[in-house]
Formats: sequence, structure tokens, C-alpha cells
Amino acid sequence: MTFMEKCKTKGFAALIIATVLFLLYTQSFVGMVGFLIIFGIPYFAMNELPAYASTKDKIGKYIFLAICTCILIFLILPILIIIPLSFNAEPYFTFTEGMMALDPAAYSTRWYQDIWRFGMTAPDGIEGWWTDMWDNATWIRAMRNSFFLAIVSTLLATGFGTLAALGLSRPEMPFRSAITSLLISPMIVPLVITATGMFFFYGGTMQGIIPGYEKGLANTYLGLTLAHATLGVPFVIITVTATLSGFDRSLIRASEGLGANGWTTFTKVIMPLITPGMISGALFAFITSLDEVVAVIFLADVDQRTIPRQMFSGLREQISPTILAVATILVVMSIMLLTAVELLRRRSERLRGLSPG
Amino acid sequence: MTDATMSKGEAPLLAADGMPLKEKLARTTRRMKMRAFLLTVPLVLFLIVSFVLPIGQMLYRSFHNPTGSNVMPNFTQAIKNWDAEQGIPSDDVVKIFVEDMASARKNREVGKTIGNLATRVNYEIPGSRSLFTKTARRAGKITEGPYFDALVKIDKRWDNPHLWRTLQRVTNDYTLAFYLAATDRKYDETGSIVQADQLYRIYLPILWKTIWISALITALCFIIAYPVSYLLSTLPLRTSNLLMIMVLLPFWTSLLVRTSAWIAMLQKSGIINNVLVYLGIIADESRIQMIYNITGTVISMVHILLPFMILPLYSVMKTIPPSYMRAARSMGASGTYAFTKVYFPQTIPGIAAGTLLVFILAIGYYITPALVGGSDGLLISNLIADHIKKTLNWSLGAALGTILLVVVLVFYWIYNKLVGVDNLKFG
Amino acid sequence: MKLNKLLTSTAIGVAIAIGSVAANAKELTIVSWGGAYTKSQVEAYHKPFIAKTGAKINSEDYNGGIAEIKAQVEAGNVTWDIVDVELSDAIRACDEGLLETIDHSSLPAGADGTPATQDFLEGTLYDCAVANIVWSTIFAYDSSKMANGPKTMGDFFDLASFPGKRGLRKGAKVNLEFALIADGVAAADVYDVLGTPEGVDRAFAKLDTIKSEVVWWEAGAQPPQMLADGEVAMTTAYNGRIFNAVAGEGKPFEIVWDGQIYDLDLWVIPKGANNLDTAMEFLKFSTATEQLAAQASYISYGPARKSSAPLVGKYHNKDIDMGPQMPTNPANLANAAQSNFEFWADNADQLNERFNAWLAN
Repeated sequence: MTFMEKCKTKGFAALIIATVLFLLYTQSFVGMVGFLIIFGIPYFAMNELPAYASTKDKIGKYIFLAICTCILIFLILPILIIIPLSFNAEPYFTFTEGMMALDPAAYSTRWYQDIWRFGMTAPDGIEGWWTDMWDNATWIRAMRNSFFLAIVSTLLATGFGTLAALGLSRPEMPFRSAITSLLISPMIVPLVITATGMFFFYGGTMQGIIPGYEKGLANTYLGLTLAHATLGVPFVIITVTATLSGFDRSLIRASEGLGANGWTTFTKVIMPLITPGMISGALFAFITSLDEVVAVIFLADVDQRTIPRQMFSGLREQISPTILAVATILVVMSIMLLTAVELLRRRSERLRGLSPG
Repeated sequence: MTDATMSKGEAPLLAADGMPLKEKLARTTRRMKMRAFLLTVPLVLFLIVSFVLPIGQMLYRSFHNPTGSNVMPNFTQAIKNWDAEQGIPSDDVVKIFVEDMASARKNREVGKTIGNLATRVNYEIPGSRSLFTKTARRAGKITEGPYFDALVKIDKRWDNPHLWRTLQRVTNDYTLAFYLAATDRKYDETGSIVQADQLYRIYLPILWKTIWISALITALCFIIAYPVSYLLSTLPLRTSNLLMIMVLLPFWTSLLVRTSAWIAMLQKSGIINNVLVYLGIIADESRIQMIYNITGTVISMVHILLPFMILPLYSVMKTIPPSYMRAARSMGASGTYAFTKVYFPQTIPGIAAGTLLVFILAIGYYITPALVGGSDGLLISNLIADHIKKTLNWSLGAALGTILLVVVLVFYWIYNKLVGVDNLKFG
Repeated sequence: MKLNKLLTSTAIGVAIAIGSVAANAKELTIVSWGGAYTKSQVEAYHKPFIAKTGAKINSEDYNGGIAEIKAQVEAGNVTWDIVDVELSDAIRACDEGLLETIDHSSLPAGADGTPATQDFLEGTLYDCAVANIVWSTIFAYDSSKMANGPKTMGDFFDLASFPGKRGLRKGAKVNLEFALIADGVAAADVYDVLGTPEGVDRAFAKLDTIKSEVVWWEAGAQPPQMLADGEVAMTTAYNGRIFNAVAGEGKPFEIVWDGQIYDLDLWVIPKGANNLDTAMEFLKFSTATEQLAAQASYISYGPARKSSAPLVGKYHNKDIDMGPQMPTNPANLANAAQSNFEFWADNADQLNERFNAWLAN
């Protein structure tokens, strides 16, 4: 059914009448928009039901779709709502009247400026502004720490993880179940327990073991990197083994049959096929590290504070919309990462001929 | 991947000495197994150092606390074989105690000071901390016996068999005291184990509460995730991929971002309250408290854990051919009957995977309850973190952690049996 | 493959670029309570100290407790050089060997030449700690919203006459004292009563009466914020924070001194601090007569030296006499008690456990 056809049916008339009644009752246009979203989307999402479908079936389907619409809104709304909120001119976590009236004065980018101004010794200075910002701005330092940790720990987790996944996906792998359980467990064991263990072990027991880290690994980038790499490992294992599970092992025999040695087979046949899986595993590990805060709370001091750590203390102590501005940036980044993973997944499926893409 | 050259080289050998084929096969299999295993070795070693040993050490700390013997090495030896039924140890033992107190008072080495011992005993006998610090200050001046009377002169609380019995227990490096504390129990005056006073019981109630809340969150996640997963699995690929983004975006969004978002949504001057007031459903004065309590914790945790339920359900539902339902309907089954008898049973593997995963993740949650839990939304993880970071009762924190770990591992084991860890997938 | 190589090399490049994050080691890290309080210390201590010695000062915030100090000392990785702590924490940390001992005779003499040991108020010098100020926990309300405001601690617990939410610090300390004072115990006797099981029951019973209306806070900056947002009708707070909201931001807050519990803040130096000498130098500098008096012109906390008292004048940029704002002002001490560190050192573990159990139910 085309859009025009849908608009001509009885159901559409009912929807319009219900909307008008709702508007008359609540006197609120915003409420009406919400009403239209919740009840209009399922109406247009109703695709043709088989001819034998009764009215009861139709109503059932409509209710089902309305419920699903609500759930999807529940999932996505909180994330989207912080984007306009972060442009609030007032220091509150809520929409002001001016914002509702779309008054430009009620919107500002002051909280975004706060991201690089907060903590600077002279935010309005001219000389040495860049070094001041780079060295002293609290959020900028948190971002540098976050990205540094995420990148290094991702490299570690992906390297070790891919290697292990290659072993795990071999049919002859001994103790597969036990070893897989072990490698996945950093995701399962409550973070508080992992962080507590690391807090004692890295800080105390590791003293004097690693040259250059005589005082142990607490409050060091190395300690945090190890912690984050550990937490990223399960994600790499899961994604790379998933890629390898669809892997046609006869390709290896074909390659060998054609005279390729082990190395050539690995680089020319295996690698190209698992690379998308590896990259999405790496992206998972990356986002895990970027999002991790418990280990940072236990293992880092102020010099190593990351973005989520900074948000954590902000939310606990002094809520300001700067947190929402940072959150908005993170949401935009998540969207980019998600897109990257989706594209990789499709590419991988296309390569393996699993789906039309 | 056995390489061809090797079997070529060994083939004549086989023919010459007639090495049984079976043995040869076994050897090759062993070698292949070894090779697969070696690939996992670097990661396994890495995890052992970075993850397994730290947790193991934490477990050890929960029953091993050497404070007593560190601070009072001689007294530890002297009281070891003392029979607690005697009431008060002999004056020889008390003499050693006084000497150890005096030298501990001078010791400024971390972990061996009188303050460490006082803190340790204070866990067992609340209020006895100052008794030790006070006595230690004067212990150096006691030069001649009877030492016990001298102690009682400093403070008459020393004339208490319970205190000496506790000291004997405390100087033993291995102790169950922290597990008792973690289960709201303690040693009473006679040295037997009793439940703590009703008003001081906190850990077991919170543990049950945590399990109960996790179950509630799991149930809510299931109720919400089921219809959506069904919708996603029945829609044409293009549309479902689009809607899948709505599920995956929260999954990829920072936990802190989502928690901040829920604070903005649920707080008193937040969006939901504003909308309700705006629509005239509630009055401006009677805004609902939805955050900084258990409600806020549950709502935000459901949102955060929902993708972990949707994804396994979706991947199972996608494999169920729609023709099954159509067949049931065409044979006269009602919609409900066809659903309960045909469709639902096939989704059970997905349900098992989703519920167990959500439950396991919920039970150890820390950040969200810490931020939006307020006073009644705290879970066991928050108490553990409190003992490690705030009250510094590390052994109790470790004991609580061990109990939580055991609970989680039991469910992980069930998950492994029912679903299998290799079936975990994201997106 | 190419994509992979590109990704890897970019990643390494970025990692190296960001890798230059290691902090400069030769600095003084001073840890304090943040907000208006740290600001007063920056004005009165840090700035003149920087001008005098050229040291670079790193200022960090924390919310009390000795966990961080203990972790750093036990790990042998002490990044905090000097910390502003509460008395009970100072005593416990000192007992456990976590702090450097301080030679009292090396402290600067008073302005009139009185030796430091006599110039400091009684009970402000300890083996490992030197007090800088006397502060107090009081309760406050917004007078613009409550014309006929509360007068006594009893009013804080009186929901019938003064309806509205109450802010309290999350924890047993101070709240139990307040509850008993509100229940009619004289401030001077509060620890005697609290020392008995019946006294503890009585305090919790009193807290029960307002439990449903309490909003709990943890950081000192929160209560003025909560009052300003109208989130609570009245809240307990550190007196200096409320004063600064009034003097600095013109907020219409009113402090009720009845039943105040005052305490000391002290400087301590974690054992094995990286910059021990500079930290010691800072400690001596900041607890000199002038500096202590100067701090009092930025925040209403009483200096720990007798010789500083006459120098306390007005708020730094307004015509407000600081004297009457101090916890130690005789008028404010009418019904007040000093926080009993020994009681809390003995009972904090148990009472917090009970407090948490009470909170969770």
C-alpha cells in the first residue's frame, strides 16, 4: 500500500480523530506530537496482513506495533535528548521555557567551551593559550588519557585475542570449553571484584618486579593499560571466533593444494577473511576501554583521570551541563563507531557470501 | 594444516619399520593439538598475570590477615597454645604482650604499628580501639609484674576473658572472621558463632536485595525485549537493519552517558516530571521522585542491559521460519495457541542466553547504583567498593567480593552448560 | 590488508603523540576539600607560597577519609604531598604509621614571639598533624523561602512545624550527635549518651522521624547547591560553605548555630611523600600567624593559632566582620560540642554498619 492509499482508510480517520480529541483534552501541541509518534508510527508500520486476518488480528498487530514503538523510543530517546539539552544556556539538566519556545537566547555553546576552558590557568589569556589548554584543561587531559589508554589497550587485546581466537577455532583445540570460559571471564566477573584484585595486586604485589616500576603499577599508565586490555579481551575473542566460525576450512586445504606455504596461506587467505572481524573486535575493545570507569576509580590517580572518570565525579558532586556536552560528543563518536562496525559486518558477510549485503 | 613435507619425509620410515598407523595418527593429532593450544598460550599467560592472580590474591586476603602476628610476633607465639577456657593467660604471656605492645608503639613501619592491631581488634570488639592505643602509650612504663594487674590498672577492660580469646584468634593469620562478618555473624563472648544483632545486619539483606533486584531487572528486560526482538526478526532485512541501529546505539554509547541521560530524564525537575506536569497528570508540587532510589536504579539498569537481552533473542528468532506459525494457524490453531505451542518453545535457547547474561551482568553492577541509587538503591558491589575505598576493611571487602564471585560463577557455569560460552555474540 | 596496516600505523602514531602525558614530577601536590574551601587556601597559602619559593602547586580535591593515603603509602607510590584531613582521620592514619611525624618546635613562632607550642590552641598539635582551622557542621536554610525560620536543632527534626526535605551528610558521624541534641540532650553531654547502647538507639530513633524526607549529600559543595536549587528546605553543611554562598554569591541563606559540632582540619604529610621537604616548608609557611589570619578573610573558619585571632578582620572584598561568622565565636558556642575523635575512632566502623543497615531498610 502506498502512503496515499493508507491515508484513505478508516484506520487513518480514527487516528486523526483520536489525535484531535487528545489535543482538545490536553490543550498541548507537544503532547499531540508525542501522541502522533506513539500511535501514528505503528499505523504506518502495519504492512499488509494476509486476507484471512480478522479485525481482532489487526487490532492485535496494531497494539503489538504500538508497544514496540514505545520500547524503541525508550531505548533511543534518553540518548538523543541529551543533545539539545547540552546547548542549554542555563546551568540545569532540564529544558527551560526559552528552549521550549525555541528562543535562540536560551541556547548556547558555553558548556562546550567549558570543556576546554575548565581547569585552565588563564582561559582568556592569549600567550601560551594552546599549551595551557593542552596541559591544564581538565576535560582535555581526560580525553588525552582516555584515547591513549584505549588505543594502547586495544592493540594489546586485539593482538593477543586474535592469536588466541585462531587457536580456539581450530577443530583440534584441546580444553576448548575451559579455555574459552577463562578468556571470556573478564566480561563476566563483576568489575568491582576485578578492580579490587588489581588494586591490591598491581599496587602491592607488583612492587619491584618490573624494572622502571619499582613502586608497583598503581597510578601508572602501564597498570591501567593492562587492566583495560584484560577487559577488552573477551570482546575480541567473541567477535573474532564468530568470524572464524563461518570460515570455510576447505579454503585452507585449497590454498595448500595450490602450493602455498603456511605463511602465505595465513596472509593471503586467512587474514583477509578475518580482518573485518578483527577490526570490529578491536572497536569493541576500544569502546570498552573508553567507557570503563571502575578500574580507573581503583587504579588511577588524578593524573590518569579519563573522560568517564571525570563524568563520574561530576555526576556525584557537582552536576553541570558540561557533562552533557561531553556526553553529546561521545554519542556522536558512538554513532561513528557503530557505523564502522555495521559496514565491516556487511563487508565480512559479503566476502563470505553469507548475505546479499 | 599438517604440512605436506613432513609426511612425505616420514612416509618411507613408516613403510620400513612398520610403525603402526594408529600411533602415527595419534602423534600428528597431538602435534596439531599442541599447535592450536600454543596459539592461546600468550593470552592465557597474560590473563593469568593481569586477572587471575589479582583475583586469587584477593580471595586469599579474605581469610588471611597477618596484622596480629606482624604487630606482636612474640606474643603470637606465646599465646598460640594457650587454652582459652582458662580465662586470663598466665603472667608470663601477659609480660610478653606488654613488651610487644611497647615495641609496637615505637614501630612506625606500615602494617606493624599498634594502630594496625587496634583497628584489627576493633573489627571484632567494636570500641576497643582506644584501649589499645591508650595502653600502648603506657606499656613502656610497666617494668615489673604482675603484668596483668598493671594492665588492669591502666584500663579495667583488660580483665575480660573475651578480649584475650579474641587476641588469640586475631594473632592467627588464618581467620574466618571476615566471612562471618560478611554473613552478618560474629563470635560471641564464649567464642561460638552467633548472628549479629538485627540492627547491624546488612550484608546478607543487601546480597538478597541485589539478587532480587537483578532478577527483577532480568524479568523486565525479558518482557521488553521479547516483542522488539520478534518484530526485528520478522521485518524485511532492510527495515530491521535500520531498527537494529536503535538497539545497537545504546549498546555502543558510554554507560556514563546513558546514566547522565537518565538523570536528566528522571530527576524532579527532569523531562518526565515536566511532561507529566505539563499534561496536567500530576501537580507541580507533587513531582515524583524517580531517581536516587531503587526505581531510578532499575529503570536505568534495564535500559543499559536491554541490548544484552535483545541480541541473543533476535539471533535465535531469526532462525525460526515464519512458515511454522502459518502452518499452525492453517491447521486451525488460534493465534495464542500457535504462539505458546509452536513459536515460544523454539525461542527458549535465546531466552536462556539473554536472561542469564543480563542477570550475571546486573548482579555485579556498580556504577549505575552508585550514581542514581541514592540511599536505598545500593547493591552489594557498592558495599564492596566502600570497604576497599572508604572504611579500609580490606579483608571484609575481599570476603564480600568472594561471596559475590561465587554467586556469579555459579550462574556462569549454568550459562556455560545451557548455552555455551562460544555462543556469545554481539550484533 | 592495506586498511589494516593503515589503521595500525595511525593507531601507533596517535598513541605516541598522546603518550607524552607523563606528569612533571617536581611539583607540590596539595590535597584538600575543594570548592570555596580550597579557594580560600589558594588565596591565603598557595599564592604567597608560590610567590616566595617559585614552586609549582598542584591542587587536588577529595572527600575525606584516609583510604587514598593508605593505598599510596602501602604501595610506596606517594603522589600526595600534603593533605588537609579531619582530626579522627589524622589520629588513625598516624596510629597506623601512614604519616610523617612533625617536629613542633620547628613551627614558626607567633607574631609576638610566643613559641608555636604555646601559640596554637590546646589540642591542635599532634605527632603527625598540625591544625590550621576550626570548622563546624551546622544547619542552614533559605530565609527567602522561610520567613520565620528554624532556631534550634530540634526544629531541624520538626517536620510538622517546618515541612520540607532535609539534607544530611551520608554517614553516622555528626548525624547521631545532631539527633541527640534535637532530642533534648545538651551538646556537652552528647558523647556520654552516645557511648551507651540506649543512646545510640535513641539517636537512630530520632533520625527515623525524618528519614523519609532526607536527601543525602557527600561532597561539601553539595549542600549550598541543594539549598539554592530548592531541593531541600534545610540542610546540614560546613559553615564556611554556607557563609561563602551568602558573602560571595549573595544567597539568602541563614545559619543556625544551635547544636553545632565543631572539628579541626589539620595538615598531614603522607609517609614517603615525593616532595617531603617542600611539603614541610609549605606546612610551616601556611600555619604561620599571618597566613592563618589571611585565610579567615576568605572563609569563615577559625584559625588554630591564638596570635591569628586579633588579625582576623573583614571578608576580603565586602564589609562583613568575620568574627561573628566563626564557629569559635562565643555566641555561636552556646550549645555546641567538639567532635570527639576518640569516640569516632572506636565506634565509626560499627556505627556506620548500623547506619548503612538503617539506610537500606
